[in-house]
Amino acid sequence: MELCSFLTLDSFIKDPLTHDFMRKALLMSSLVAAVCGFLSSYLTLKGWALMGDAVSHSVMPGVVVAYALGLPFSLGAFIFGVGSVALIGFIKQKSRVKEDTVIGLVFTGFFALGIVLVSKIKSNIDLHSILFGSPLGISLSDVKQTIFISLLVVILLSIFRKDLMLYCFDPRHAKTVGINVFFLHYLLLTCLSLAAVVGLQSVGIILVVAMLITPGATAYLLTDKFDNMTVISVLSAIISSLIGIYVSFWFDLETGGSIVLAQTFIFLFAFLFAPRYGIFKLKKLFNGYK
Amino acid sequence: METINYQNFRIEAENICVDYNGKVALYDANLRLKPGQICGLVGMNGAGKTTFFNALTGFVNISKGKIRINGESVRSAQKDQTIAYVPQNEGIDSQFPISVWDVVMMGRYGSMNIFRSPRESDVQAVKDAIERVDLTDHLSTPIGNLSGGQRKRTFLARAIAQRASILLLDEPFSGVDIRTEKLISELFIQFKNEGKTILLSTHDMIHVREFCDLVLLINKTVVAYGETSEVFTPENITTTFGGISPDSLFGPES
Repeated sequence: MELCSFLTLDSFIKDPLTHDFMRKALLMSSLVAAVCGFLSSYLTLKGWALMGDAVSHSVMPGVVVAYALGLPFSLGAFIFGVGSVALIGFIKQKSRVKEDTVIGLVFTGFFALGIVLVSKIKSNIDLHSILFGSPLGISLSDVKQTIFISLLVVILLSIFRKDLMLYCFDPRHAKTVGINVFFLHYLLLTCLSLAAVVGLQSVGIILVVAMLITPGATAYLLTDKFDNMTVISVLSAIISSLIGIYVSFWFDLETGGSIVLAQTFIFLFAFLFAPRYGIFKLKKLFNGYK
Repeated sequence: METINYQNFRIEAENICVDYNGKVALYDANLRLKPGQICGLVGMNGAGKTTFFNALTGFVNISKGKIRINGESVRSAQKDQTIAYVPQNEGIDSQFPISVWDVVMMGRYGSMNIFRSPRESDVQAVKDAIERVDLTDHLSTPIGNLSGGQRKRTFLARAIAQRASILLLDEPFSGVDIRTEKLISELFIQFKNEGKTILLSTHDMIHVREFCDLVLLINKTVVAYGETSEVFTPENITTTFGGISPDSLFGPES
């Protein structure tokens, strides 16, 4: 009997909600997932997956330094995130080394610097929570920061939604009709850095790139309309976060890893069964039975 | 006043140079085009055709020389929606989740408010443009589901919706069906009568003879420029293509 009551969906969903930390984790992770999912459409279409990986890893020393100096960690992360991109651009222009190599060596360099700094500074920084995220142990000041940054990114993306779509699709046309492409480029980079900062609280620095690319990739397989892609991306990101947190609660698993795994499974499902672009093309199977 | 000299010209490029990180892509190139002129831009791959387009649209900066569009700077030409660029099919991501309607609407972005919310006039301009390229049945079709010719027409419609007076077309005839080719050539005649100026790059020598009043042969710089009947000679073509005789270019395989 005990086992049966454990297994009902009702208690599966409701029991964790009695805990304050779980309610907070579910809310904050959904918010973060929504922000990353929104941005994800642009990054996947622009082909910035590697750039997302680079920026999210490069924020590491920024987070450590900010914590050590008692500054908001988002500020440090933002400076190092944008700084890494500037450095990548500079090295690419001034040397004959290929771009993907430059990206790889810059972000690993920044990441290594972050790890070394953590071991040297040894304050109350919890390396584990930076690397793997800690949605269950999020502090009140982090909550405020996260809400502020999330709103900022959502507002920026909403205002420049169509311009960013045009920038991803055909930057040359954008330039030709007098739209500031330089501004859009850095706007997207800024949003990327900010989203990486909030995302790392949920799933940690190592996995945050998944939050930035997987929902977009999933949505890309499911629709041919940009607006739908954004909606699907955001929804799949939120659903993954909820699933990940519940599963990690009931089965005592690492939360960040569970969230990203949930995203990966949703992607695999789309990859196999998407109506038009899936391997098995679900629509055709259904039509076949008619 | 110096600007008076430019008034007759839609495009005036004077000794322009473009280099990418020290590598010269184009040098000392000149071009003057008047309203209603169609000019063919002919050269090998890597001869600087796309660079020339990029310089005229302001997508790359010129390191030397001067460009005037309708007597004004490239910057104000951008603001005034003067130039439309029609990319070659390979130059765009055909898998991008976007419909014909949305692509053509992008032609109006430059004259819209910051949220790019279409006014009644924008919607009408897009409708008209799509009708002119005969794609009214495909308004909401994703561009990934179009044929090469239909996709080309979509981008042509974007240029029409933009109401640009100068059209730059990169390989407008490559990879298109006969119907599209016929439609494009009819549109060219209409554009000419409307006083638009057209600069198009092409590999197809027959199209140059057929449509172009003027031809600009380039190989990093201008090899020859002038009336097609005078300039488009076997000798000039040979020079442009680095010593390959025009016979092989005009051969049955081309």
